[in-house]
Amino acid sequence: MDITFVLEKFILVAIIFGISLVIAMYSTYAERKVAAFLQDRLGPDRAGPAGMFQPLADGLKMFMKEEIIPTNSNKWLFMVGPGLAMLTACIGTAVIPWGSPIVFDGRIIPLQVTDINVGILYIFGVVSLGVYGVMIGGWASNNKYSLLSAIRAASQNISYEIAMGLSIIALLLVTGTMSLKEVVEQQHGWHWNVLYQPLGFIIFIVCSFAETNRAPFDLPECETELIGGYHTEYSSMKLGFYLFAEYINMFVSSAVMAALYFGGYNYPGMDWVLVHAGTVIAPLIGAGVFFAKIFAFIFFFMWVRWTIPRFRYDQLMHLGWKMLTPLAIANIIITGIVIALIEKF
Amino acid sequence: MEPLTSKKKVLEQKPLTFAERMYLPAITKGLSITISHFFKKEATIRYPEVEREFSTNFRGMHSLKRDENGKERCTACGLCALSCPAEAITMIAAERKPEEKDLYREEKYASVYEINMLRCIFCGLCEEACPKEAIYLDGPIVPSDYLRKDFIYGKDKLVEAPLVQK
Amino acid sequence: MGTSVFYIVAALSVFFSLMVIFSKNPVHSVLYLIVTFFTFTVHYILLNAQFLAVVNFIVYMGAIMVLFLFVLMLLNLNKDNEPLKSPLVKILGIIAGCCLIVTLIGSLKATALSNPLLLQNPNLGLIKNLGKELFGPFMLPFELSSILLLTAMVGAVLLTKKEKV
Repeated sequence: MDITFVLEKFILVAIIFGISLVIAMYSTYAERKVAAFLQDRLGPDRAGPAGMFQPLADGLKMFMKEEIIPTNSNKWLFMVGPGLAMLTACIGTAVIPWGSPIVFDGRIIPLQVTDINVGILYIFGVVSLGVYGVMIGGWASNNKYSLLSAIRAASQNISYEIAMGLSIIALLLVTGTMSLKEVVEQQHGWHWNVLYQPLGFIIFIVCSFAETNRAPFDLPECETELIGGYHTEYSSMKLGFYLFAEYINMFVSSAVMAALYFGGYNYPGMDWVLVHAGTVIAPLIGAGVFFAKIFAFIFFFMWVRWTIPRFRYDQLMHLGWKMLTPLAIANIIITGIVIALIEKF
Repeated sequence: MEPLTSKKKVLEQKPLTFAERMYLPAITKGLSITISHFFKKEATIRYPEVEREFSTNFRGMHSLKRDENGKERCTACGLCALSCPAEAITMIAAERKPEEKDLYREEKYASVYEINMLRCIFCGLCEEACPKEAIYLDGPIVPSDYLRKDFIYGKDKLVEAPLVQK
Repeated sequence: MGTSVFYIVAALSVFFSLMVIFSKNPVHSVLYLIVTFFTFTVHYILLNAQFLAVVNFIVYMGAIMVLFLFVLMLLNLNKDNEPLKSPLVKILGIIAGCCLIVTLIGSLKATALSNPLLLQNPNLGLIKNLGKELFGPFMLPFELSSILLLTAMVGAVLLTKKEKV
């Protein structure tokens, strides 16, 4: 454990943390712009050129707002809730490989904070923890709408985790490893997993919509039924943290989808680029491609949000348990049979 | 008798077909519709900078007119205030002094003329009631403000700008 | 470094498990239990059992405790609606507790201080080796337990279906 190694990792963590915060911040802006464009409007365009400073203004407003803690709430847990939501949203980025390692001056700098050999399961675990922030916040508010919303969030997340996990199992049958780095390296060039696992990808993306509480599965913050959902009682930056955590979750799940199914930093013709651009520039181009894929997914999240109406709660449960789960099991069986046949012949 | 509307007709609700239960075809259709709007021209008009073209009979802010010599036409007869269904108009009449002859057309004029823009419903009845063709609702949209008192428009805001002497 | 981390984490897990028992509010108890499970996860990682650590993380912290919390939040347990405990129940409770203490002391006396556990293969907990173990020598019990879980899941789904008359 030499000092340069620690320094390297520290800088990488700081950069990734900064990037995910900035992306989450500008996702709020992008969401409003995309919504506006999809509805033939303009969206925010007053603060700065084309409204570019809107997120800064919104953040400032959030900080300046009065902080209200309900009298009969559980103060300690009321404060822990948003922090926990933010924490679980941020730590998911630790195992995502952002690019192939940079070779600079004979030194290999991996663009990944840590490569643990249970990377996929780690992400899965972090996602399953994400519900605590919502549950604790909703319960501590001492408000029945918040509590109902927290319970909805919990049952929705648990239900969709099952289908999500099963769809990942089929992917693991194809890749044979749980390390995200190896999964991405296997998809060199255009051998993206989505070509081998189209059904699994559809199940995964539907589940990630449900896990991030995004429309059409945004029942935990369903305004028509639950006022503001679990953050009804929240104000100021605590509310900001909840909203922010949702966007970071969206960013992380887009990154996971891009890494697992859409080849991460791989793109057709990357070998040619590696030869011609050198070992420092090429990985950075790869990282750029990865981010382009992430942004495409974030756009897709927003596109869907402004297209599809919210599901009813029983429809949500029906879809999760009686459609996606059997479909995911069928996907595992089909994948297993195909792999066995390929190995046989 | 044949029913005039289709209200009585019982709608037949068929159970969803397999393709409909998959949701995916419907979702892709919806997504294609929304993305087509992404590339359409936005309908927004950036108001303070760009203004929508009004129709010729648009009724906006009031203006008190002057005659061809630049004299105020209003004679404070009070018919506009009487006709106003929202009771938005108040005025105080005064007698014209000899030296003010080129300011006011008639011998009696309105020394105070106030319209409460929060009460006004822009019906245009004052316009019709005026025998001197002194008030017209031909201005722009009344701008927003922070205080109620700022919505009571006096003569300073209502009277037309004086004619430029050539 | 490993041992000092172990002692810190072990002290934390003992502390939080005591807090589970001593906190008055049942929701707080569950939250302390979650933290206790988290310290267990750290223990697994210290033992290089990454798979067990993550599974403990997902299954216990992420799923089972959420359900516990879920039920407790809906029960709305507080002093007002707590059922009155009769003296008989209290005496029975004391007797049961004493029995547990006697058993624990007896079993502690029986165990001698064993040698520090040395792993023959430090990479045993890694996912590949664990998979080979599970699908090799322990194939039958593993498959049986998985069928048991699958049956439970199918049963749960079936329970939600309305009975056709």
